[in-house]
Amino acid sequence: MTEKLVIIGNGMAPGRMLEHLLEKAPDRYQVTIFNAEPRVNYDRIMLSPVLSGEKAYEEIIIHGDGWYIKHGITLYKGHKIVAIDRTAKTVTSDHGVTEPYDKLVIATGSVPFIIPVPGHDLPGVLTYRDLDDVQAMMLAAQSRSKAVVIGGGLLGLEAAAGLNSQGMDVTVLHVMPTLMERQLDPAAGYLLQRAVEQRGIKVVTKANTQAITGNGKVEQVELADGTIIPATLVVMAVGIRPNAALAKEAGIAVNRGIVVDAGMRSNDPDIYALGECAEVNGQVYGLVAPLYEMARVAASQLAGDEAAAFVHMDTPTKLKVTGIDLFSLGDFAEGEDRQEIVLRDAAAGVYKRLVLKDDRIIGTVLYGETADGAWFNDLKKKQTDISEMRDTLIFGQSYQGGAPLDPMAAVAALPDDAEICGCNGVCKGKITSAITAKGLNSLDDVRAHTKASASCGSCTGLVEKLMVLTIGDNYNPAAVQPMCGCTTLGHDEVRRLIKAKGLKTIPAVIQELEWTTSCGCAKCRPALNYYLVCDWPDEYADDYQSRFINERVHANIQKDGTYSVVPRMWGGVTNAAELRAIADVVDKFEIPMVKVTGGQRIDMLGIRKEDLPAVWADLGQAGFVSGHAYAKGLRTVKTCVGSDWCRFGTQDSTGLGIRIEKFMWGSWTPAKVKMAVSGCPRNCAEATCKDVGVICVDSGYEIHFAGAAGLDIKGTEVLGMVKTEDEALEHIVALTQMYREQARYLERIYKWAKRVGIAEIKRQIMDDGEKRKAYYERFIFSQKFAQVDPWSERVSGKDKHEFRPMASVGFAEAAE
Amino acid sequence: MMKMNWVSIGTLSDIPRRGARCVSTPEGKVAVFRTQDDQVYAIDDHCPHKGGPLSQGIVHGAAVTCPLHNWVISLETGKALGADEGAVRTIPVKVEGERLFIALEALASRAA
Repeated sequence: MTEKLVIIGNGMAPGRMLEHLLEKAPDRYQVTIFNAEPRVNYDRIMLSPVLSGEKAYEEIIIHGDGWYIKHGITLYKGHKIVAIDRTAKTVTSDHGVTEPYDKLVIATGSVPFIIPVPGHDLPGVLTYRDLDDVQAMMLAAQSRSKAVVIGGGLLGLEAAAGLNSQGMDVTVLHVMPTLMERQLDPAAGYLLQRAVEQRGIKVVTKANTQAITGNGKVEQVELADGTIIPATLVVMAVGIRPNAALAKEAGIAVNRGIVVDAGMRSNDPDIYALGECAEVNGQVYGLVAPLYEMARVAASQLAGDEAAAFVHMDTPTKLKVTGIDLFSLGDFAEGEDRQEIVLRDAAAGVYKRLVLKDDRIIGTVLYGETADGAWFNDLKKKQTDISEMRDTLIFGQSYQGGAPLDPMAAVAALPDDAEICGCNGVCKGKITSAITAKGLNSLDDVRAHTKASASCGSCTGLVEKLMVLTIGDNYNPAAVQPMCGCTTLGHDEVRRLIKAKGLKTIPAVIQELEWTTSCGCAKCRPALNYYLVCDWPDEYADDYQSRFINERVHANIQKDGTYSVVPRMWGGVTNAAELRAIADVVDKFEIPMVKVTGGQRIDMLGIRKEDLPAVWADLGQAGFVSGHAYAKGLRTVKTCVGSDWCRFGTQDSTGLGIRIEKFMWGSWTPAKVKMAVSGCPRNCAEATCKDVGVICVDSGYEIHFAGAAGLDIKGTEVLGMVKTEDEALEHIVALTQMYREQARYLERIYKWAKRVGIAEIKRQIMDDGEKRKAYYERFIFSQKFAQVDPWSERVSGKDKHEFRPMASVGFAEAAE
Repeated sequence: MMKMNWVSIGTLSDIPRRGARCVSTPEGKVAVFRTQDDQVYAIDDHCPHKGGPLSQGIVHGAAVTCPLHNWVISLETGKALGADEGAVRTIPVKVEGERLFIALEALASRAA
């Protein structure tokens, strides 16, 4: 019979424990989880990149809802356990759910330490612990005002950097003389302070917070020396303490944390504790590597392996602030019996210090250049005698044995048991053997199978080098395919950094993201121009010189250098006056070819560039505007005649098509967008192979998306069913905006959808009304600046130079 | 030495930065380019690949990408860059203050 396993808490440690347990004893337990947070298990280490805008919450989820369903695990979200009854062997949540257990795992984590100064409970004082804190900070950052972060440790500095990226004026208060004094010696602390200050963050050390004051909300922070710092947001990041209150109330032995043995078992044999709330051998832990080790031990114990035991480990500390490289490990205090090797390069901002005892490394501080961290860690762990290489030790692994300074060679030289991923305790041999045995050829695969680089990601470079070493050219670095030859960054990183760093011009992107060319190339410039148009619709000035010729002159270039012109016919509907105007234009400009397009429009081909403004002027007289047949934007909405004429029509498909087209014309998108509305499932408008399509039925509107009928042929996916025209429009607009904000330039909807997942798109557009509304509003805002007819602008004289030769020379001389 | 016959074609500000304008000549169209850093180059407006109008391409550094099939042509040498092979004629340009001149003699001698 299966036993009942109840877990209190759903952080990274119990999540990892379940993974191990499902591997070792998949059917032994029926698992129930109570999570005080209203969400699934996510990667808390990555909260800082979320705060700085470099990652989205969706990207840091470890176990999505599907994972719990697949493994038959019951997850109570937003349920805080308020009581453990050890006699009855039950737990009870604040919502009144009582669950019996055979084995109980307490993983309640830690709570942030709040300095009990006056005003610590004012609105506007936050901690930095979970996603709610991050969201509250991001909300506060929208005011673009002043923030004070109390605490200059790892968390405090990450919070400060994040708030700074969000545009806030940030001051860090630190009670000690140098930053991160527990991980860094004063010299490295000073370099760090300088780097932090260079980002525009103020740092006050030896700052003793006296009070937080304000009228009903935070207004200022007062220091003991009388200094007053204005602030609308105060983040306390001064430390954490194990959250052991629940265990204590239940009579379980608690010291600093819940006291457990090396097998993670408390003094009640049926109750285990792990994570930040647990105390093993008098130690509590806060970094992920030992917590994952606890998870492994607890899972083995629960699976019946009573020999599994936790051993103390030193874990390197790394700061996750883009652009600051910092590594610290072990003990680096000075002492009689200790020696040190120091390398300083002030100009390059590099500082390295090794602390030795009996010719063995016991501590390491690296700042500015941390590539050798893994190697030093390995030497320390193995207690390697370094006396032979002492003279060159500080220069790193690649200097040993006269090998050239090649990072690839350095990785190749690492022994198989060298630790690559500190967070997940994955060594080199495990990665290389998984690559070979399972035929892995992408970073995502390696992360999925080994967990290496799947937590904080700082060892990604090492893992990639291992992939190259193991499978050579077969390594497909698809995850980081650069945009073009001007940069190593991929489209997604560039899009994220544009937002995170508030980059609002192409030169700013090229400068800040360190492009290797002076002004980009024909691949990246149109992409950047689109990203900036999309992200800053009201602020960015469209750079026409970065647009492909078709979008620059609003017509389609043909093989002979002439152009084709397609006027907009809303929903594919026209009339005698329009047709007459087109006929007149064709005669007047001797247009050699007129053709009906697949999107129900009329195309006039073979127009000389110089004639374009005059052609548009005549078409404009008849009421035509640009059909955007040349644009990475909304092209056409194809319709059938629907309930107006058709005996099978269920809804006014023509009317809806025209309405969508009038609402969305002029919007720029990553690639072209073609839509269609069919009035019944016979689908005469062929809506099921379009980027977005609607099939009308009696009861409403079935919205389709992600079809293709070009290079690839693919039927659409169903987004969902709505009842009214208004809802259909809102869903389609929101979907398009989501695509506009997330897709890579030139990526059609079906490719984007495949990449981010149909389910995720459905979740955001169909299920999350708030999100849908927000997408919809952002689209409307951007349309304020986009819905200008480019043809009439040019008839009125805009970009005249485009359509005329600069000069006509040489004819007279040639005649002479 | 051949006499250069410089012909005025307009001013620097007639051409947008990272853009081009065309000059009609008896020889056909000449594309005159202005780079980001205000260097001016003139080449035949005719891609060596399939005759695409280079003046309509995107200008980056001292190169232009043809709008038809993305060949990249050096404005300095007229040669195709990268894996493609081919070249387009370059025409001498002179900048005097704001005013731009191209050497028509070059065109005339070619016509001969």
